[in-house]
Amino acid sequence: MKRILVGIKRVVDFNVRIRVKPDGSGVITDGVKMSINPFDEIALEEALRIRERGQAEEVVVATIGPADCAQQLRTALAMGADRALHVQSDALIEPLTAARVFLKLIEREQPFAVILGKQAIDDDNNQTGQMLAALWGRPQATFASKIELSDSTAQVTREVDAGLEVLEVDLPAVFTTDLRLNEPRYVKLPEIMKAKKKPLETLPLESLGVEPRVRVKTLRTDPPPQRQKGVRVKDARELVEALKQKGLL
Amino acid sequence: MSSKVLIVAEHDGARLNPSTARCVTCARGIPGAQIDIAVCAASAGELAQAAAHLEGVSRVLVLEHPENAHPRAAVLAPQLVALAGQYTHLLGPSTTFGKDLMPRIAALLDCAQVSDIMAVEGERRFRRPVYAGNAILTVEVEGTGPVVGTVRTASFDAAAEGGSATIESVPVTVELPTHTRFVSLSAAASDRPDLQSARRVVSGGRAFGSAENFKMLYRLADKIGAAVGASRAAVDAGYAPNDLQVGQTGKIIAPELYIAIGISGAIQHLTGIKDARTIVAINKDPDAPIFEVADYGLVGDLFQILPELEALLDENR
Repeated sequence: MKRILVGIKRVVDFNVRIRVKPDGSGVITDGVKMSINPFDEIALEEALRIRERGQAEEVVVATIGPADCAQQLRTALAMGADRALHVQSDALIEPLTAARVFLKLIEREQPFAVILGKQAIDDDNNQTGQMLAALWGRPQATFASKIELSDSTAQVTREVDAGLEVLEVDLPAVFTTDLRLNEPRYVKLPEIMKAKKKPLETLPLESLGVEPRVRVKTLRTDPPPQRQKGVRVKDARELVEALKQKGLL
Repeated sequence: MSSKVLIVAEHDGARLNPSTARCVTCARGIPGAQIDIAVCAASAGELAQAAAHLEGVSRVLVLEHPENAHPRAAVLAPQLVALAGQYTHLLGPSTTFGKDLMPRIAALLDCAQVSDIMAVEGERRFRRPVYAGNAILTVEVEGTGPVVGTVRTASFDAAAEGGSATIESVPVTVELPTHTRFVSLSAAASDRPDLQSARRVVSGGRAFGSAENFKMLYRLADKIGAAVGASRAAVDAGYAPNDLQVGQTGKIIAPELYIAIGISGAIQHLTGIKDARTIVAINKDPDAPIFEVADYGLVGDLFQILPELEALLDENR
């Protein structure tokens, strides 16, 4: 079966104002709205579109994390994924651990494409897709804004600092998504009901033989330094004068 | 304690990207660091010279191979992994080049990576932003393996020139994969300063309303020798190309002067400009969040203010 594996992560919703705990032990996540990482939603949308074009037969969505993550998997199923894998663990999962887990899932599912978000908006690491491609010994096409598949290759447009780069990669390959790849669909109510009947398999992390090692230990979390509040100028002339006085113009 | 740091140079085949010199400054913060730079290129010539001139660099290692003409992570990673044994730290810039490459190296070395290093606090201790810069972590890399990291270039000044490192050629003997092929790169040709290293940046948002109107911004930029940036909204709307996007998922910049015009200032945008020395905001909405971080705020319609600014700048000539 032609299968695409999509990874999603449960993160603090992008609209939530992040607050650091006063004791420096992390950010406040209690009672905060959680969502699918926006880049991962784009990854799932892309996989669904590929399947809808007839270039894949099945979209499998997977996540790693505690029991609560099942919510986000259900949302992914409601969006249109065929089945879900929940690798369950309460441990802190670093990108290298996540990549190892996905390598195990690849061995199980034999996908021709793995699509992940380019970064999670909580830890902002931007590592997992690249690490997975390395461990798998396969191509990586990161920061994709366009993916065109043919039988054994993919042509990918990447958003790079210099502009737009096009790569051709052999399949199977790992793709990571940038913002402009697509706009994810909204989930409709009937689909949420239907999604409850779709298969969601739970796999304890230990059953995959991957140890959640922590190699980058967080010692402290601080709020960012605040900028001093500035002044209002009344018109363009006053602005130019002020900037000249500071030697900026 | 002595550390040996290898920095992966970023370049476009002709010139060294300024991010490399900023990585050198980051590396110099690591106690007792001896710093080497690896230049992977088809033909390194002047690139190697430029790297050797950076102050604080001991050696420049030149890896020449036809496949290095267009940098791809899958092709570069095995070459750099082959050198890694001699080093305690491997650093690259937190640009799309480094973000693509460094995790691939880290995984091949069975190492974790520290992304977006904004400060060095010790041999294996760093500060880095998370949650779009709304929290700052102090992290320590455990164990004894090499530290792999990307450097948030906006947090470090470029190393000065005046160094005289030795240049050594390193033969590429590892097998390079053929599964990832370069097709094309469409870069906007521009005489304007580079967004990531410009001293002045003028940036526009959705309020411009069209790609045609956005051109007003280029005129202003040229009058003050500034680079042009854009908010995500302006890029999504097609007013500006993707390589101008400033913010969490675009470019993180630290100019001396940043002028945000018609940008409301979403958290994701603000994270890209936090290190700007002086921020100017021009916006119709007096409650726009951009004013919270602006040193100078001007409330008003950009279509009225921009021509006024242009006229005032002409007066000054």
